[in-house]
Amino acid sequence: MPGNAVALRCSIAYQSPALCGSGEKLEQIVAEKSGADILVETLLDLGVDTVFGYPGGAVLPIYDGLYEHPKIKHILVRHEQAATHAAEGYARSTGKPGVVLVTSGPGATNAVTGITDALMDSIPMVVITGQVATNLIGTDAFQEADTVGITRHCTKHNYLVKKPSQLASVVREAFHIATEGRPGPVVIDIPKNVQVAATEFQRHGGKHNNRYQPQIDGDFKAVNEAAEMIMQAKAPIFYTGGGIINSGPKASETLQELAALTGAPVTSTLMGLGAFPASSDQWLGMLGMHGTFEANMAMNRADLIICLGARFDDRITGRIDAFSPDSKKIHVDIDRSSINKTIRVDLPVVGDVGRVMEQLLAVLKGRKFSAPDYEEWWARIKGWRARNCLEYPENDKEIMPQLAVRKLWEATKDRDPIITTEVGQHQMWAAQHFDFELPNKWLTSGGLGTMGYGLPAAIGAQLGNPDSLVIDIAGEASIQMNIQELGTATQYRLPVKLFILNNEYMGMVRQWQELTYESRYSNSYSDSLPDFVKLAESYGWKGICIEKPADLEAGIKEMIETDGPVLVDCRVAKLANCFPMIPSGAAHTEMLLSPEDIKGTMDDQAKALV
Amino acid sequence: MMRIKEEAVERHVLAVMVDNEAGILARIAGMFTARGYNIESLTVADISEDHAISRITIATNGPPHVIEQIIAQLDRLVPVHSVRDLTEAGPHVQRELALVKVAGKGENRIEAMRLADAYRARIVDASTESFVFEITGAPDKIETFVALMREVGLVEVGRTGVVAISRGPDAA
Ligand SMILES: Cc1ncc(C[n+]2csc(CCOP(=O)(O)OP(=O)(O)O)c2C)c(N)n1
Ligand SMILES: [Mg+2]
Repeated sequence: MPGNAVALRCSIAYQSPALCGSGEKLEQIVAEKSGADILVETLLDLGVDTVFGYPGGAVLPIYDGLYEHPKIKHILVRHEQAATHAAEGYARSTGKPGVVLVTSGPGATNAVTGITDALMDSIPMVVITGQVATNLIGTDAFQEADTVGITRHCTKHNYLVKKPSQLASVVREAFHIATEGRPGPVVIDIPKNVQVAATEFQRHGGKHNNRYQPQIDGDFKAVNEAAEMIMQAKAPIFYTGGGIINSGPKASETLQELAALTGAPVTSTLMGLGAFPASSDQWLGMLGMHGTFEANMAMNRADLIICLGARFDDRITGRIDAFSPDSKKIHVDIDRSSINKTIRVDLPVVGDVGRVMEQLLAVLKGRKFSAPDYEEWWARIKGWRARNCLEYPENDKEIMPQLAVRKLWEATKDRDPIITTEVGQHQMWAAQHFDFELPNKWLTSGGLGTMGYGLPAAIGAQLGNPDSLVIDIAGEASIQMNIQELGTATQYRLPVKLFILNNEYMGMVRQWQELTYESRYSNSYSDSLPDFVKLAESYGWKGICIEKPADLEAGIKEMIETDGPVLVDCRVAKLANCFPMIPSGAAHTEMLLSPEDIKGTMDDQAKALV
Repeated sequence: MMRIKEEAVERHVLAVMVDNEAGILARIAGMFTARGYNIESLTVADISEDHAISRITIATNGPPHVIEQIIAQLDRLVPVHSVRDLTEAGPHVQRELALVKVAGKGENRIEAMRLADAYRARIVDASTESFVFEITGAPDKIETFVALMREVGLVEVGRTGVVAISRGPDAA
């Protein structure tokens, strides 16, 4: 390795500033440094304090740079997928970008699921992957994979860094791209010789170019027009999404102001839960496939939909041609490509949703707008609410999963817990029956629907929020996808709680089979389950099994009051289904509210939809 | 049984300015395949003095709402500086170059030369039994010329794909 001999291990720069004099002088110091050290220095400079990763041959120089690092904490996961989900959990609960470090080949390919997950849910994340040396690229070298090729379409942007001199500016630009505009994952692939070779490095220097500058302020004319439309509306509704969470906690406050000023009802996507307090009278609950009757009916009958940081996903719209046929639609989004993608809107506003809401508020206040009473509109909404769509049958022999979630909420709500989930019925029950008052408390895999997300995400969230109560509401099938992360929580003494709604089925799959395939439960039974309590104990966790409704409260209490990590195997009714449900291909008005509404099988047209 | 419906499509020519960096073509072409868009032709070459910027001309087709999405999806790629829909923007010139090899003797050979003359194709290589013609023009002109050559002994064709630019003094 040519530059190797001259590579200066100048970690001195941050360890003992006294050596280098004042802070200003420090900036001017130009030292020869290895690519790995430049990477670590730049991460430090960007405020990175936690890295989730897993070592391997192609990242050993970077791991050496992190060895006993005083400021950057490396969290050793048990599988690279978990590193990406943990980074997502950290990012979504703290607002800071999540950072991942994995080796080449299998390390990188294992990370692909979490990278795609972050892309779909707009999570800021920077993934550093090792790569074989530049002279070996393309030779099918040991643990070589075309990481930039593989991740090109599941990242917001990606890089292969071929020279150490490019590293600092690439890393800076990567963080800028991951966090600005619509957030997303960025991959930086660094060949091993680039990590080892030395080059001049100027700390705090190396500005990246500013080619990525998303639009933040909404177009003034469009904002005015939006205000005009709101003032004209008789039956408006705010349809909010994850964009509000991404915009930052201030956006949630602005949303509440806007809602208070207009008096209009508010609904949210799965990703947006927590942006608006569930305790508000104006809250209609989540909308979409498993949304509430009132939210979906209100969307269908509204005369104005104000879409704020949501994207008219197919889980929200149901059958497109029947989606809110008589409404005018305003769509505020920072990503122009989200606008008019599936649903034509009347007024697009490109910009940061938090900023645009502020602009909108200013215009409405300037025009002395105050909440009309919308008497007729609210009367109709109350009618829909009276259907009590989230009700479920009582059962004194088996624990109803909905009840378990509700009891969990009751027992923990005063502590504003952070809830993560896996994917399936339990995820939807959590979304329906756990009420959120604040943003950044609800972490779930929405766009990609990745089973195995919840436990690593909880680990990431706990690291970012050491004092918070963090609970993964899981299914017994999903949890097995990243169950090895029990060990990570143990190693870093993270008091994560894992609450498994164990129905012995891939419940969501079973529910669709019941609805669409005449209850032919092909491969959806969770056979050969482990003894979860013993499994927990073998990892050094506490394990609790709750079997009867009467033991539910005590079990939950014990879980919360235990200091360390706890796994609860909560045995719930095996065949419970998740309602309301809009079957795929159906309209908002064709909601199934209970098992009695299910009739016959679906036609091919509906079966073809996911 | 279920059938999959097709929608009516329009042809659009887009001019895309991009950073001239590794992988940019794969990024653009891959975005088209990943999202199920069509590429009729794609040409690329760097155009700035310092070789930092490339101009990509893409001829694509799709229903109007898909064309709109294509433009928005291109525009959000980090290395993309601008996307112009030349078809939407108004009058523009489209040109393509083709090299057309024809082999034959006697009447066919004479006919090939006559047609080439009528289409203002230049002879860039000749042997006693073959010609290579160079022809430039709008894609449909080239299309017609190649079809005619098929009847008089076409051997092979190489086409550059379309480049396009708006008419008048301003950049698109
Ligand atoms: C990685 C992955 N594979 C497959 C699926 C499809 N899928 C969605 S929900 C589900 C079942 C989940 O079962 P469980 O975790 O027990 O949750 P439940 O529905 O029973 O609450 C499956 C297989 C998925 N979402 N993610
Ligand atoms: Mg289950």
